[in-house]
Amino acid sequence: VTSAIELAAAVRTGDTTATTLAEAALAAIAQGNGELNAFLHVDAEGALAAAQRVDRSVANGEDPGPLAGVPIALKDNLCTRGVPTTAASRILEGWRPPYTATVVDRLVGAGAIPVGKTNLDEFAMGSSTENSAFGPTRNPRDHARVPGGSSGGSAAAVAAGMVPIGLGSDTGGSIRQPAALCGVVGLKPTYGMVSRYGLIAFASSLDQIGPLTRTVADAALCLEVIAGHDPMDSTSLKEPAPSLVASLHDGVAGRTIGLVRELLDGADADVEAAVRASAATLRDAGATVIELSIPELRLGLSAYYLIAPAEASSNLARYDGVRYGLRVDAVDLTAMNVATRTKGFGDEVKRRIMLGTFALSAGYYDAYYGRAQRVRTLLSRAFAEAYGRADLLLGATAPTTAFELGAKTTDPMAMYLSDVFTIPSNLSGDPAVTVPFGVGTDGLPVGVQLLGPARSERLVLAAAQVLEDGAPA
Amino acid sequence: VTALSREDVAHVARLARLDISGEDLERYTDQLRAVLDHAKDLEAFDLEATPPTAHPFAEAAFLREDVVVECLDRDEVLAQAPAVEDDRFCVPQIIGDAP
Repeated sequence: VTSAIELAAAVRTGDTTATTLAEAALAAIAQGNGELNAFLHVDAEGALAAAQRVDRSVANGEDPGPLAGVPIALKDNLCTRGVPTTAASRILEGWRPPYTATVVDRLVGAGAIPVGKTNLDEFAMGSSTENSAFGPTRNPRDHARVPGGSSGGSAAAVAAGMVPIGLGSDTGGSIRQPAALCGVVGLKPTYGMVSRYGLIAFASSLDQIGPLTRTVADAALCLEVIAGHDPMDSTSLKEPAPSLVASLHDGVAGRTIGLVRELLDGADADVEAAVRASAATLRDAGATVIELSIPELRLGLSAYYLIAPAEASSNLARYDGVRYGLRVDAVDLTAMNVATRTKGFGDEVKRRIMLGTFALSAGYYDAYYGRAQRVRTLLSRAFAEAYGRADLLLGATAPTTAFELGAKTTDPMAMYLSDVFTIPSNLSGDPAVTVPFGVGTDGLPVGVQLLGPARSERLVLAAAQVLEDGAPA
Repeated sequence: VTALSREDVAHVARLARLDISGEDLERYTDQLRAVLDHAKDLEAFDLEATPPTAHPFAEAAFLREDVVVECLDRDEVLAQAPAVEDDRFCVPQIIGDAP
């Protein structure tokens, strides 16, 4: 397996070309995508044209950038000018955005080659990629199982070796949970670290874009490229991108890492065993591991499933059949809105819109949305208190390894529970990463999760590197 | 807080411009009720003194300089609309009875 960093180095020195890498990625997709359904749209023409530009720049002795010639996959809720962008929804089928997301511009500016748009749960609402209007993605490790979600297409594309880097978005665990279930690295940066301009909004106070990669170093490099203030996003932190790759091998000697009871509660025994083994690896590397309890984390799931749908119900009001996407004609404007939204949205999206509308409605606002927002404060304070005792926190990423297709589709609450360990970081806005660490009793990958306080990406990734180096073969 | 009724769900569906009826209404009511039942764990806390959080960081909005920048291309935007007339978005009748 070759990393993005190695590929870019080979392109820069002339040992290979961007065109060769793009052709190889397109061939791998052509071979595997019929079965996996990881990509909803492949842009072969655009990829080869971008690769030729990188190759010309190498030939001219110019600097093609740190991701020179590296093929990348983009979750299909990231806008790409002139290239179909659907959010895996019928309501946006055929839409070609008139602008490009900032993260995509930055990756292309760094020499990366976008090869296509990956599958997701419709509008990123789901934990298995089965809520896509265009069919589920299959887990490359076991085709009868889900890749997780909502960034399941990017996770599968990276795990299958089609591309070394996939971009995802994480609102309640949508980067980390699929990364764990597919056996790759997934990083959710600090809220505001990465511009959301051009990301189709789900829950704006929780959404954050980040990388899915095969190595921790690739995730660090990708974040260096996409992070940093963007005037087009008013929630984008007014800070430059952090330096992450240079400090990747700083280790964890002298650090205190808190193994969190609530981030193991309800996890399968083999998942818990992997987390405890990862704690031993960190201890062997010189960290002090303490066990601690943060009871407030148990409230995260309930708070999240009121706050995220509430924000979604507002964000998705824009799909009205007027300016873009699907229109179902009807006698008047309201009837057209209703017909369009009823036909265009899938089951889970409707469920969350109604849940959010209810949580925000007169008479229930204080009891549901208001209460959830106060619990969000409790949770952030509890995290802050924990970071007074530990530099980083450790737990499971998901309660189980990859589950079978169809196992949870009729029981939304069971599906929601697969995000129970990832949701708290979205509510607090803090960074978290999942790293593959061995396999479960079923032979499928297990991910362990490292969490840190806001802006602690350097520390989180250095610890993740220790886990990658010490992971069972 | 009382249990969510079928009428509640029908009401929010109307507010959200969704046409939900029959068996779908029954199913959604059961599913939404399960989520709200789970959320009862939030009621165990006295939250009167705890302020709400709407956004992860207090420093809410980072506004850009008030300078003119290039905007989206009008033709490109209108090309994506379901119906256009005289460089404007076109919608069905809004005022008065439908024809």
